[in-house]
Amino acid sequence: MKSHRERFSAPEYLFFAALTVAVLCLCVCIGSVNIPLGETLSVFWDALSSFVQKFLFHKPADFPEGTVSSILLTVRLPRVLCVALSGAALSLAGAAMQGLLKNPLADGSTLGVSSGAALGAVIAIAFGITFPSLPFAGTMVMAVIFAFLSLLILLALAEKLDRSLSTGTIILIGVIYSMFVSSLMSIVITFAQDRVRHITFWTMGSLQGRGYADAAVLLGALVLFGGIILFHARELNAFAVGEENARHIGVNVRRVKLTLLIAVSGLIGICVSIGGVIGFVGLVTPHMLRMLTGPNHRRLLPASLFGGACFLMLADLVARILLNPRELNIGIVTSLAGAVVFVFIFYRTRRGSGC
Amino acid sequence: MLNVKDLSVRLGQKQILDSLSFSVREGHWLMVVGPNGAGKSTLINAVTRNVAYTGTVLFEGEDIRRKKPAELARCMGVLAQTHETAYSFSVEEVARLGRYAHSPGFLSRGGEGDRAAVEDALTVTGMWNRRNRSILTLSGGELQRTFLAQVFAQDPKLLLLDEPTNHLDPAYQKQVFDLIADWVKKPGRAVLSVIHDLSLARAYGTEVMLLDRGKILAGGDAEEVLTPENLERVYGMNVYGWMREMLSLWKDPEETGTGDGV
Repeated sequence: MKSHRERFSAPEYLFFAALTVAVLCLCVCIGSVNIPLGETLSVFWDALSSFVQKFLFHKPADFPEGTVSSILLTVRLPRVLCVALSGAALSLAGAAMQGLLKNPLADGSTLGVSSGAALGAVIAIAFGITFPSLPFAGTMVMAVIFAFLSLLILLALAEKLDRSLSTGTIILIGVIYSMFVSSLMSIVITFAQDRVRHITFWTMGSLQGRGYADAAVLLGALVLFGGIILFHARELNAFAVGEENARHIGVNVRRVKLTLLIAVSGLIGICVSIGGVIGFVGLVTPHMLRMLTGPNHRRLLPASLFGGACFLMLADLVARILLNPRELNIGIVTSLAGAVVFVFIFYRTRRGSGC
Repeated sequence: MLNVKDLSVRLGQKQILDSLSFSVREGHWLMVVGPNGAGKSTLINAVTRNVAYTGTVLFEGEDIRRKKPAELARCMGVLAQTHETAYSFSVEEVARLGRYAHSPGFLSRGGEGDRAAVEDALTVTGMWNRRNRSILTLSGGELQRTFLAQVFAQDPKLLLLDEPTNHLDPAYQKQVFDLIADWVKKPGRAVLSVIHDLSLARAYGTEVMLLDRGKILAGGDAEEVLTPENLERVYGMNVYGWMREMLSLWKDPEETGTGDGV
């Protein structure tokens, strides 16, 4: 076993950032119309400089116009940004859940938390629950609340059935809960077909047509809830070694658990309300990265941010171009990859459960 | 150091512990013995505030209910019986977690004192050369010593042990108990351990407390507590006779007394 340092160094962070930017550029360039990288970069540069001139120096400036720049700036860039932020948020939430529950298979989708959030969002839309002056807030708040309630129900059920919270029990409960909630969601959608988007959006996710406002909301959620998770890296290490051990070494188990569950619910709820249920992202990326960084959350969490962004951007790219000009739901791609990784992890944990 | 008064624990209809009063003094190693279901593990759980109890538990005169989790962890450390591992943390990472209570803040970087404490704990427990090993690859004895290193790094005043060597072979049992015996020699420290093995209790404990169905049957010096009559009453069998019978099988050429590993 290779030894890992406690944190990443600056060059390592730079590498991750560069990789993410490279993937972002790739995903912006490729699509139904391929745009050369040089042209893309010059459009971005023009947009950035006119933006800076307008807002910093209050000079009137023309934003670049034309088909290419409008594809890039009004369609692809906001979408890819939303995808990247969703990927980062979902991976971080997945990594946090896997540490908190000491279960490498835990994820918003495998436990049914994402489905719970989708149910909340659908109910908000169907029954017109909104907050004055904030058009999206009703859906989001309901999604977050339902994600949190889902986690509480899951943990309560798991506690009742099997106090040791073994890997199998949690997943089994998650699957059953997920099916139950999905049926409820189908009922609500059937009743309010005129208002609620098609069911495949909620079950398989899509970030098609998302704009800069969505990206800003995702960024805000990531800064707030993601920040909370990143600040609890040491506590997550303690939970990943064992909850009882965490209590013995002086972790305020109840408070930290509650804080992290709220943060996880916040990330998953907001991602689901914007992009639907995109499954397995939080399972695949942390698992892959754990092989690279080791289980220490001080390295795993930041790596998950970047890795999750890259993974989901590439999955979205595949969803866009695989059956061009038709587009797949992004959740189909992630679930395809995720199911394989799930079986692989399950096999490994089963085999290694002797100690 | 630890003063327990009228400690009672009920779980549903069942009275697990029934007004226990005892104390652990500095420099002592109190062995709590008794049959299965006597309430030994619950005692540890109550003292670490893991189960609800009535009565008072004072640590150095202060009610433990008033202490924050990290504060409590600086007073008392626990070595559990078994550890189920899921992720490949290294031995050193697990030991380093022991320093949590000394700097529980968000941004604490772990100063020189922390590093020295971890290094020391790993060296004492003989895990220094294996500090980069994954805990998934360790034997039961190595794993227990890793967590012993963690609790040594935690540097509590009182060490609580819950059957720390139940599943270990005699060589590891002796190692772990010798390490703890050395640890408690430093001033300002004490040990409270729950244990099945009466020979180990007698060999390493400075005091013994005999529990039976949630009540203290006897407490004090090992000779006074572990009398044939008391043991017969609690275990319903002739423990002395059985032990002697077993020891009689161990007459080897060198005639050394084996204190451990029954």
